[in-house]
Amino acid sequence: MDVSQYLEIFLDETNEHLQNLNTQILSLEQDPENMDTINEIFRAAHSLKGMAGTMGYKRMQTLTHDMENVFSEVRNGNIKVKADMIDVLFQCLDALEEYNTNIRESSDEGTNDNGALIKRLNDIMGGGSGETSAPAPQEQAPQAQPEAAAVGGGFAGIKLNENQQSVLSEAIKQGKSVYGLTVKVQESCILKAARAFLVFKAIEETSEIIVSDPSSQDIEDEKFDLHFSLIIVSEAALGQVLSAAGAVSEIEDVSGSVLNLDDVGTAEPEESHAAETTEAVPEAPAETTPAEAAQTPAETAPAEAAQAPAPAAAPAVKKPPVNKPVVNRTVRVDIEKLDTLMNLVSELIIAKNSLVSASAMSGNSSQAVNEQIEYLESVTTSLHESVMKVRMVPIESTVNKFPRMVRDLQKKLGKKMELYMSGEETELDRTVVDQIGDPLMHLLRNSADHGLESAAVRKERGKPEVGSIFLDAYQDGNNVVIEVRDDGNGIDTKAVKNKAIERGVITPEQGEAMSEKEIINLLFNAGFSTAKVVSDVSGRGVGLDVVKSMIESLSGEVEVKSKLGEGSTWTIRLPLTLAIIQALMVEIGEEKYAIALGSIQTIEDILPSDVKLVQAKEVIQLRDLVIPLIRLNEILDIPSKKDPEENLVVVVVKKGDKLAGLVVDELIGQQEIVIKSLGKYISKCKIISGATVLGDGEVALILDANSLI
Amino acid sequence: MNSMNEVEELRPVGETTQFIVIKLGDEQYGIDIKYIDNIVRMQHITRVPKVDDYLKGVINLRGEVIPVMSIRIKMGLERDVETKSSRIIILKLEQQGTIGVIVDEVREVVTLENDRIEKVAYDSKDENANFLCGVGKSEGGLISLLDLNSVVLESV
Repeated sequence: MDVSQYLEIFLDETNEHLQNLNTQILSLEQDPENMDTINEIFRAAHSLKGMAGTMGYKRMQTLTHDMENVFSEVRNGNIKVKADMIDVLFQCLDALEEYNTNIRESSDEGTNDNGALIKRLNDIMGGGSGETSAPAPQEQAPQAQPEAAAVGGGFAGIKLNENQQSVLSEAIKQGKSVYGLTVKVQESCILKAARAFLVFKAIEETSEIIVSDPSSQDIEDEKFDLHFSLIIVSEAALGQVLSAAGAVSEIEDVSGSVLNLDDVGTAEPEESHAAETTEAVPEAPAETTPAEAAQTPAETAPAEAAQAPAPAAAPAVKKPPVNKPVVNRTVRVDIEKLDTLMNLVSELIIAKNSLVSASAMSGNSSQAVNEQIEYLESVTTSLHESVMKVRMVPIESTVNKFPRMVRDLQKKLGKKMELYMSGEETELDRTVVDQIGDPLMHLLRNSADHGLESAAVRKERGKPEVGSIFLDAYQDGNNVVIEVRDDGNGIDTKAVKNKAIERGVITPEQGEAMSEKEIINLLFNAGFSTAKVVSDVSGRGVGLDVVKSMIESLSGEVEVKSKLGEGSTWTIRLPLTLAIIQALMVEIGEEKYAIALGSIQTIEDILPSDVKLVQAKEVIQLRDLVIPLIRLNEILDIPSKKDPEENLVVVVVKKGDKLAGLVVDELIGQQEIVIKSLGKYISKCKIISGATVLGDGEVALILDANSLI
Repeated sequence: MNSMNEVEELRPVGETTQFIVIKLGDEQYGIDIKYIDNIVRMQHITRVPKVDDYLKGVINLRGEVIPVMSIRIKMGLERDVETKSSRIIILKLEQQGTIGVIVDEVREVVTLENDRIEKVAYDSKDENANFLCGVGKSEGGLISLLDLNSVVLESV
């Protein structure tokens, strides 16, 4: 059976269910009696089981089945939620996660049976209730008969158009038979569309499907409840068709009967009979279960059909509105498609820029052309913004796993701690959200392991026994800031310094001369771990240097502030978007550079005499602030073409709460630019964050204001 | 040495390899055609500050930003002088991606039978020999075949 086309959906949904389970079990731990939570968990476990079964992942199915059993008992009040049970459940989630990873990598669930876990689950069942043999009975109970019957005559409700009628009569002339089928999918079935597809396939082997209700498109989109009906033309016997369709797993029932052309043909004129005949409708097909049909092929069916010439009249009596399929208002889109879209938008903006500069060059542009160009400009800008927004997802999906992780850490480290999160709804580019998880996890582990003191020490120091870790995310201009903060010990700069000297990172003399800040920055050096004992949690060699380089690879930066005894704050600053930004174009000598508008504070016109020297460094004073000056022409090795007597054009940029004044020769103007990577071949240049193609086809470099400060 | 072994494996005797013959100064060099993506006219190169001398900067090739390097500077020859016949050859390499190299002139395409290609003896004194993977004999004279990987490789 080929289910590979559903693999992607399966993986996505499994992830969602697992995440949901994680969250719910966590809250269950806080509030063991909450029925809503228990029900939610039961549902998620049940769905997982169904999905794993559909996809043929037996081990995953077994494990979720046993989990579901436990919850079913909890739900029935036979077992109380206990701490050790929560632990086992979390371990089960980890095991499921592992299956999921295996499936993602190799589309195979792997060979780990997790027998021990299953045994523990069963122990919980046994210990808690004594009636271990009651695994969710409601599952096996066949779905209420009347419901099935009510829609049983579904195929009879199909209206045929003239075309289809003529096809049918043609087929009957050729000696083929016309059957009506109604298929009922099991309630627990997750991928109903997949099942329907398999039924279609099975039927198509022997027959031709003339029409289906709902339409095949709707069935494909899963816009049907549990039933769908078909009218088919076949040379095979009815029983054969029914058993073929019934053989598809998770199909609860297939019923059908032979139709003769009169039935279908006279559908509309016979409306008047509708009322009387409706009674006959439910009975006929509902009785023909697959098993029966297989034993008694064809013969019984015609009889029934003859006995009830009415079914075809049913359209008059509207089918009771079966739960309307909820039309999903969202679409899952492959991230690659979004990337392509983003690239196309980039191309469009470059083309727009070229148009702008071409029209400026030709000089004789009319009013109309200018207006249209302005219109185009606003359209491309909003297009870019929309595409960017589509790519933005809340960081929630990434940070949601942290409460669980902190809970595990607490047990592992034997410290008491609590994680407080805020701003989970802050949105970031999907690519960034996917990759920010690891660095954040590392910082949190770091805070838990190195930052927070043990309960005893905390008590001694007059702090609350339970340590707090905060994860705050918020938007700040064109950046998103994520802070990891703890109220622990803070960074012991002396210990760091000694360690650095011991490791040969710095010499003792260098150590003496270093400021606190410089010492703290040593932590980001490769292979630097200050924990005196290497624990399972941190100090595995994956150091803060990796955190730093990962964040930098996302064009972000990380900073740390710490006060000994009071705690530390790690601040991660990430750009909102990676592809297109508003920038200020400046000229230095003969070269053009772009500075991201988001990092610019103000632009100042400064008299050369206002430049002061502080510690041999040039500074300017601006509204009570002393701002260091950076002469870009010197940093970039460009001969300035400006007279030193002229006023200085200073672009004041900010990074966090730090400011710096960049001296440029001339301002060109604001422009929307598409960021292109310089490639790894030219990666040495830290002060350049990328390049962009200007309207005239020339390449301009983008200055990274952050690295200049 | 490694690259030489590879070259041997890739070219069984009797088969042929095509090279584009370029000029740097008075000497002719050959570049294996399979690495060449495109040959473009000399154009404005945007300088990138704070990088090695031989990296001349970046150009815009159909909307993509491509780094450009000077083989001359890399090989320790005199600096490039831009003339009408100067070209940038766009190479597509597995490791480094797309890179442009500046040459004085593109002359022709030659097809060399593999038994007409001779390996160069490794001579540590002659630095430029490190950039070669062989010498080909064609009617137009001897052609030094460039080992692109070592030409393009970042100098330490």
